[in-house]
Amino acid sequence: MNGPSTFSAVATILGKDLRVELRTLQSIPAMVLFSTTIYVIFRFGLDRTQLDGGLATGVLLVTILFAALLAINRLFVAEREQGGFEAIRLAPVDGTALFLAKALALLVYLTILELFAIPVFWLFFLDSGTGLLPMLPVVLLLNGALATTGALISPIATNSTARDLIGPLILLPLLVPPMVAASAAGAKLLLAGGPDYDKYASWLGALGLYDAIFLLIGWAVFDFLLED
Amino acid sequence: MAEPAPEPALRASSLSQAYGESWVLRDVSFELPAGGTLAVIGPNGAGKSTLLQVLATLLRPSSGSVSVLGSELPGSAWKLRGRLGYLGHSPLLYRDLAAAENLRFHARLFGLPAEGAERIADLLERVGLAHRASTRVGEMSAGMVKRLAVCRALLHDPEMLVLDEPLANLDPAGADVVAPLLGPRRGRSRVLVTHDVAAALSGADRVLALTREGSVAFEAPAAEVDPDRARSIYSEESLRGAMA
Repeated sequence: MNGPSTFSAVATILGKDLRVELRTLQSIPAMVLFSTTIYVIFRFGLDRTQLDGGLATGVLLVTILFAALLAINRLFVAEREQGGFEAIRLAPVDGTALFLAKALALLVYLTILELFAIPVFWLFFLDSGTGLLPMLPVVLLLNGALATTGALISPIATNSTARDLIGPLILLPLLVPPMVAASAAGAKLLLAGGPDYDKYASWLGALGLYDAIFLLIGWAVFDFLLED
Repeated sequence: MAEPAPEPALRASSLSQAYGESWVLRDVSFELPAGGTLAVIGPNGAGKSTLLQVLATLLRPSSGSVSVLGSELPGSAWKLRGRLGYLGHSPLLYRDLAAAENLRFHARLFGLPAEGAERIADLLERVGLAHRASTRVGEMSAGMVKRLAVCRALLHDPEMLVLDEPLANLDPAGADVVAPLLGPRRGRSRVLVTHDVAAALSGADRVLALTREGSVAFEAPAAEVDPDRARSIYSEESLRGAMA
């Protein structure tokens, strides 16, 4: 039987995920609410109304990271509980389509989160927003890292009995390199005196390389992960 | 020159399946000619559903060899994608999607975007769910979900049906609607788990009876199976034998 192209299968699964999210609002509102709560905690915990440099970058990126974990934990729950894994394995499609669709769904969730979370971060913590524009490529590439690793690790966690524990335990160490790169780039972009572009391109390159590597790893191994 | 014998639809040899340390199927062997129907009977816990999951490529066999439609498992399982219609205990439907949305999703996964719409409308009509096309699966009764799952399994006109108690959760009217859709058809092989011994003997070409330990009690043409012998595998003695 001739199945759909991988592109078509990705579009089908992604469309289904976005439709379900739009209908149930299970992930994105929780991520937005969580990010706001984290900002409030940082604002009062640090007892600072203005942040810059590494501290500002840390607050922003850690907030995005932990908000992403909420979505990653739920990413494959419907596939496990409602038979999506079996449906994909019965259909004439490459399992990679599921990986790509889930990574794209995570990218969409994170982008929507950041449309809200970055302006709020500016409002809560920054004197000037001049560093935020060059920060966008950093955040987008970090989203790529979160999406590829999240879509790769989430099915492993989802199929284990300790889903909420296993996911972060495997995922967080894997995300140390992109977090280091994004923090290093962001620390100079969010300086009080304005952005400093020293090694900016290098850090972007490092983030892009990490994204590409995990995209390829997911592409190569995801079909095996789908097997029992 | 004599024509070579057609490839059997199913062939299992010394198939065993374990979950961790627990063996669910032990040394199971059987064969089903192409286009035939195999009824699998046996008490609860005999491994019938596990056997079907192996045949549907959803579980990797622990040991032994299995061939489905000429493809050896698990190595050539990918060749079977899109050729099997599986109806198990889980309907494989998303609760937050409507009936028609679920079927459209599966039609696209099976590469049927154009002809899929017509087929979906036809199947929904035939199982009496046309008026429920926009109803979310989570809002449907178990019987409706089962009928929709039948549509899902038949959507791509599979070469083989793998059916695990296909009439469970259906009232008599629902069963009457669904049974003809899942019945024998030229060129389509079927493997069917059922507890209805009479139906198994009348509707199948071969019967595979499993014991409570997951081994083969007997495997024979349906016409040669004594109904009392078939029913005996559900008896208390069989249970005691398994516990001993």
